[in-house]
Amino acid sequence: MTSLTVRPLNPVFWIGIPIVLCAIASLVFALPFSLFGLRLPEPVFAFAPAFAWAIIRPSVLPPFGLLLLGLFTDILWGGPIGLWPLCLMSVYAPVLLGRAFLSGLGFWGLWSWYLAVSGVAMVIGWVLVSLQAGVAPNLIGFGCQFLVTGALFPFGFRLIEQYEDADVRFR
Amino acid sequence: MSLREGPFGDIRPPLRWVALGALVVAAAVALALFLGDHRQSSRTSPYAAPRGAIERAIAPVNSILSVPFRWIGAAFDWVGDYIMAGSQNHELRVELIRARIWRDEAMRLQLENARLRALMGVRTDPPIPMVLGRTILDARGPFSNARLADVGASRGVTEGNPVLSEHGLVGRVVGVAPNVSRILLLSDVESRTPVLLPRTNGRAILAGDGGPNPTLSFLRAHDSLREGDRVLTSGDGGVFPRGLPVGSVVRGFDGAWRVSLDADAAPIDWVQILFFEDFSQLSSPEALAPKVLPSTATASPSPPMPSVPVTSAVTNNAAKR
Repeated sequence: MTSLTVRPLNPVFWIGIPIVLCAIASLVFALPFSLFGLRLPEPVFAFAPAFAWAIIRPSVLPPFGLLLLGLFTDILWGGPIGLWPLCLMSVYAPVLLGRAFLSGLGFWGLWSWYLAVSGVAMVIGWVLVSLQAGVAPNLIGFGCQFLVTGALFPFGFRLIEQYEDADVRFR
Repeated sequence: MSLREGPFGDIRPPLRWVALGALVVAAAVALALFLGDHRQSSRTSPYAAPRGAIERAIAPVNSILSVPFRWIGAAFDWVGDYIMAGSQNHELRVELIRARIWRDEAMRLQLENARLRALMGVRTDPPIPMVLGRTILDARGPFSNARLADVGASRGVTEGNPVLSEHGLVGRVVGVAPNVSRILLLSDVESRTPVLLPRTNGRAILAGDGGPNPTLSFLRAHDSLREGDRVLTSGDGGVFPRGLPVGSVVRGFDGAWRVSLDADAAPIDWVQILFFEDFSQLSSPEALAPKVLPSTATASPSPPMPSVPVTSAVTNNAAKR
């Protein structure tokens, strides 16, 4: 009789390394660098793993990974503490709930859902900042940040492809 | 005894629900942190210490990371300048002719101004000491516009110090660590700056909204503005000294009056942090405090009735007449 051996995912690889990569990318893109008067864009790199982690498998660790990554982003950008963790969890929560449906979609289908949940999460951030500061943040800047963050989906898809089938229990 | 061997060892909650439970806990922590934050001042923020510690750690990393980017930027600037040299030369010639006219006018006005000041005995503001710093980090999203500068409390920087670039006001210091300070830019959603419009002597509050052009709010008369009007700090409230250049008035897409910031005229690489806290530092506190306080004695609220001898004296005088 043969028994099915399950090799659980190592959290260092599917959670730890994306956290480090996102932190490094955020640091590099926060440099005061401009070329011909144009500055670097400021995407929210952590949205890609937030989306991918919920699809790869349900786990206790990703919410705390998102909390850590969000707090780092808040401190790096000088924003209100707790803003980006809430936005990241707003990406993670709906995807985790609809995981059974989403995990069957292809690249373009997933990208569409990524744009939708990212948009909702950024609107939540916009509302929270408006309430706290008493001023509605600029919609053009909001739109620009949403677009460059939406363009990060291929990195999230790469993470999904790499680890989605790694643990057969969650196929 | 491990948990698996105990009476609850056979209970296996679905992992999805466990993950959702973890999400709720993490979200509750994030929400509590968000509600407790006051970003305007690290004096009132409970997160000043961890924020300062992480900023101290980030500062040297970004200083090193920024070096190759600065070189690349400088190289591209050099190439751009080389390509544009011909047209720039023509523009500069025209500008030089205009500048010579303005120079003569400025010299005439400077002499006249000095003579009038001497006649009227006007005292000019004392110079404010400052320190030069380099920006090493730049956040420019819709929710936060802030920078880190590589000078901090060890060089005398304190919270609230105004920050200038070579073109105009950039913002003010909102957090200080020994070797690094965080600058809240004028365009940040939490930035409010009292400003003055010298043409009309009007006052307004410059309110950031995360975009490049902050809005002018609390204007007394909207029709009194014109595009191109200069905007300076008014000094109201004592946060900034009066007269620092801020920008010029423009009409936004939304029809609101906004300000095109002078500081955005060029990349903000180097900044000057003014050691200005409030107006009381501009004069000696000892000189302001009176040495001898004026008497506090006041007249009696109800004058006493004339006593009997006085009344009798009056009566006697009347009898003599």
